[in-house]
Amino acid sequence: MDLVQPATWAEALTARAERPDLLPIAGGTDVMVDINFDRRRPEGLLDLTRVPETATWSVDDGVLRIGAGVTYAQVESDLADLAPGLAMASRTVGSPQIRNRGTVAGNLGSASPAGDAHPPLLAVGATVEVESVRGIRQVAADDFFVGVKRNALEPDELIRSVLVPVTGAPQQFAKIGTRNAMVIAVASFAVSLHPADRRVGTGIGSAAPTPRRAPQAEEQLAGALDWDGRGPLDPSAVRRFGELVADAADPIDDVRGSAAYRRHALAVLAARTATWAWDQHRTEVAS
Amino acid sequence: MTATGTRARTRGGVGESAARPDGGLKVRGEFAFSSDLWMEGMLWGATLRSPHAHARVEAIRTEAALAVPGVFAVLTHEDVPGVNAYGLEHRDQPVLAHDRVRYQGEPVALVAADHPETARRAAALVEVDYAELPPVTDARAAVRGECEPLHAGGNTVRHVRIRRGDPTASAPVVVTGEYEVGMQDQAFLGPESGLAVPAADGGVDLYVATQWLHVDRSQVAYALGLDEELVRITLAGVGGAFGAREDLSMQVHACLLALRTGRAVKMVYSREESFFGHVHRHPAWMRYEHGADETGRLVYVRAEIVLDGGAYASSTPAVVANAATLGAGPYAVPNVAIDCHGAYTNNPPCGAMRGFGAVQAAFGYESQMDRLAEAVGVDPAEIRVLNGLTQGDHVATGQEVDSAAPVAELVRRVRDMPLPPPTGTDLRSLPGGVANTTHGEGVRRGVGYGVGIKNICFSEGFDDYSTARVTVQVVGDAPVASVHTAAVEVGQGVVTLQEQIARTELGIARVRVETADTRVGSAGSTSASRQSYVTGGAVQAACREVAAELVSRASIASGADPATLSLDADHVVDLSGRRVASVVDLLGGEEVVERTVEWRHRPTTTLDPETGQGSAHVQFAFAAHRAVVDVDVELGLVKVVALDCAQDVGRALNPGAVLGQVHGGSAQGLGLAVMEEIQVVDGLVRNPSFTDYLIPTVLDMPPMQVDVLELADPHAPYGLRGVGEPPTISSTPAIVAAIRAATGLPLARVPVRPEHLTGT
Repeated sequence: MDLVQPATWAEALTARAERPDLLPIAGGTDVMVDINFDRRRPEGLLDLTRVPETATWSVDDGVLRIGAGVTYAQVESDLADLAPGLAMASRTVGSPQIRNRGTVAGNLGSASPAGDAHPPLLAVGATVEVESVRGIRQVAADDFFVGVKRNALEPDELIRSVLVPVTGAPQQFAKIGTRNAMVIAVASFAVSLHPADRRVGTGIGSAAPTPRRAPQAEEQLAGALDWDGRGPLDPSAVRRFGELVADAADPIDDVRGSAAYRRHALAVLAARTATWAWDQHRTEVAS
Repeated sequence: MTATGTRARTRGGVGESAARPDGGLKVRGEFAFSSDLWMEGMLWGATLRSPHAHARVEAIRTEAALAVPGVFAVLTHEDVPGVNAYGLEHRDQPVLAHDRVRYQGEPVALVAADHPETARRAAALVEVDYAELPPVTDARAAVRGECEPLHAGGNTVRHVRIRRGDPTASAPVVVTGEYEVGMQDQAFLGPESGLAVPAADGGVDLYVATQWLHVDRSQVAYALGLDEELVRITLAGVGGAFGAREDLSMQVHACLLALRTGRAVKMVYSREESFFGHVHRHPAWMRYEHGADETGRLVYVRAEIVLDGGAYASSTPAVVANAATLGAGPYAVPNVAIDCHGAYTNNPPCGAMRGFGAVQAAFGYESQMDRLAEAVGVDPAEIRVLNGLTQGDHVATGQEVDSAAPVAELVRRVRDMPLPPPTGTDLRSLPGGVANTTHGEGVRRGVGYGVGIKNICFSEGFDDYSTARVTVQVVGDAPVASVHTAAVEVGQGVVTLQEQIARTELGIARVRVETADTRVGSAGSTSASRQSYVTGGAVQAACREVAAELVSRASIASGADPATLSLDADHVVDLSGRRVASVVDLLGGEEVVERTVEWRHRPTTTLDPETGQGSAHVQFAFAAHRAVVDVDVELGLVKVVALDCAQDVGRALNPGAVLGQVHGGSAQGLGLAVMEEIQVVDGLVRNPSFTDYLIPTVLDMPPMQVDVLELADPHAPYGLRGVGEPPTISSTPAIVAAIRAATGLPLARVPVRPEHLTGT
């Protein structure tokens, strides 16, 4: 197995173009498991951990740019105010050791339906910036997941960064696992409030072939929220939101949980997270 | 026999939390485990395993694998020089499958190559023609004789029948229930691994992580067709065992490859392979009926228990005996009728795991005790206090409990411990943890109790002994004691304990414990919570013989009565502590005093085949737990908030190690209660990984209050009582009882899954 270790982003793009058979690796939290379990045996690895350009984050014009090399641990500690949903999700990834290695971009590269970073990126309306020697393009998170563990990357492209709108409004993320830490999601859900344009964003994880939004639920809740008066959330509207989120899912029975449980849990999580987010919004506005 | 530790001034003796010699190494990651073994020029072995639960093997072709560059040997059943069979109690398991595979993962062929990757690739090129057969997967149907026999003699491995008192006794209060226990895995962290080195004399030296060196040796020699003397086994660093290393895994395979190639051969299982490379805890189906008077005092217990032993016998016969003889629990019951069957199926083989049959039964009888408490309207703790065994009572086999049995006291102690604070707001303290599933919504608290009983040491008349060789000699002007046994250190601390015993008995500060190997006699298995008792007894006895020799010499030299002399601080001292002679002087230069002792605990009897009556057990041990849980009843997520334990250990030889056992055992019981299960469908394992076989993390296991009682057993060395297994037994039913209390659900199966709580 070859190991190619570019020292710059330009070298990485060149290597990607020349050797599309190499599997890009960042934290290795998915790739190494697959290799150790003999589920895949790539011709080689393209190690992106030595590329300095992608190891940082910045904010520009209300958009947070998270470099592909930024770890979950950094997101958790540094970006809790700028990208609260993503930071909450990052906190649930694996163990501290894994969060020190793993990256949001790596999560996107794997594109697992259970990827913890995906629901908050969908909910907030993030964009994935991908690049090749041919140039840069931006793919909406909503368009990025194209199948089970498949994403919109072309064979010569690498994920350069993730662009997350800084909304300044509440976001929530919740994830079900059958143990209280270090667990792959049985189901997960993210919600994002966008008071400026009176919109609600959602993201569902581990309950469909890909991470996905729940558009009808988004519309329903956005319509039900008292954006002007900031009054409390109507219980029946919250319940309806949960039902619509559950309806948007397409879960399966597997070793981690039943389809019926996943739907049920999503309804509960959606109702709770929406309530927390709205209550937080009301409090923040009031104070 | 009385404790002698109190007089010793030599530090680090019995009763102290002496530091482990391997502790620092393990904490720093420097300890050499068996998977770290390495030898210049060694080859790597790999195993081809059956993908089917049940199939005829019609042909095996090895040519393609042999043609791979770097491959040195490809072996099948035809290459087993001795008898192609092994097993702990029945040698019914092929070293390599011949004409039939009976479980998914059964070894079929072996490869040795110069690189582990090459060996695995070549193994995948071995072509096997299978004709699939319908798998037998229902243990209850299997023992009823409704399935195709998987072995000569049918599908019942063993049936143990217990009849005590009146089999037709009736009672005014009757509760019944059916219960199930899923297949738990020992989930040790160090995978099966070892290194076999061919020797010039035609034999083989095997370095391996195991639990019983001498039983490994006899099975390996049998399969290799060698005299036992030609198979020499040395213990390599063990990364946990919990019963899973009692059966052979790669031992014979590595030796076969080493003898064939003339090269050292190392084998290390991957995590996934490990799930197929060792036995698991027996899944159980149980039907219980408890009869009691209006106050809740037990009149009778009737039970039917079926344990799924999987494809081969392993230790199923002994597990069946435990579940049956301990099936009425730690309670005084005048009338008992229990039938326990162990089945052959095409499910993964099951055998030894911490708690060994007592775990399954405890989930049944403790669930019943809660139902009984509810039926008569008393508190769950009170029903246990009312019925708890005490010294002088008789258990279901008619055996008298002839040492402390403080069941009621243990329950009272956990009941009276401070309760944890109310549900907090920190996410880490809530069900779901930082995954942020609740901020308190849907959370209900529940409290539950569990008590368990376990037999310590080997039962049913087994000749259960350990051998210790103890020497004292002068090294660098100071006496040094050396202890050599074959007792396997699996992490529980038997190396430290041997040091402590030698310091106490010999009054010598410098003690060296030799590496466990087959150059000394058998120590028996590191299982059944028995090593402190049996190897502890052997080391104590051998040390006392050495001490007697030194005292005798001092007596002759000084004229003092030997009964007034003892050893302390490298000297023979008199009753006032005055030094009579130094050990160095008594040894005078080069001389070595050496004694080897084979030590046995008191004998046990077999069980009457019709009634199951007999004094089959050496010692009984008891632990009680009180669990407090917070359950998110809408999501079915559980946070165990408290899991407090009281246990009688007779005497805590190493109090720190005792606490470690209580914590670890309780955690393993927590795992069975709420998450640990090998999921098997049609004989196939669906979750052979630590991604999907979940074991508790530090955020699942609460800090514990532990109350250790020391009620000495006069029959046991130092009064000790085996410690390792009891906490695993009672923690599971306590947690499930607490979840029932929180949810109001009956919950008849472990592990409890979220779906069971939400009904989805």
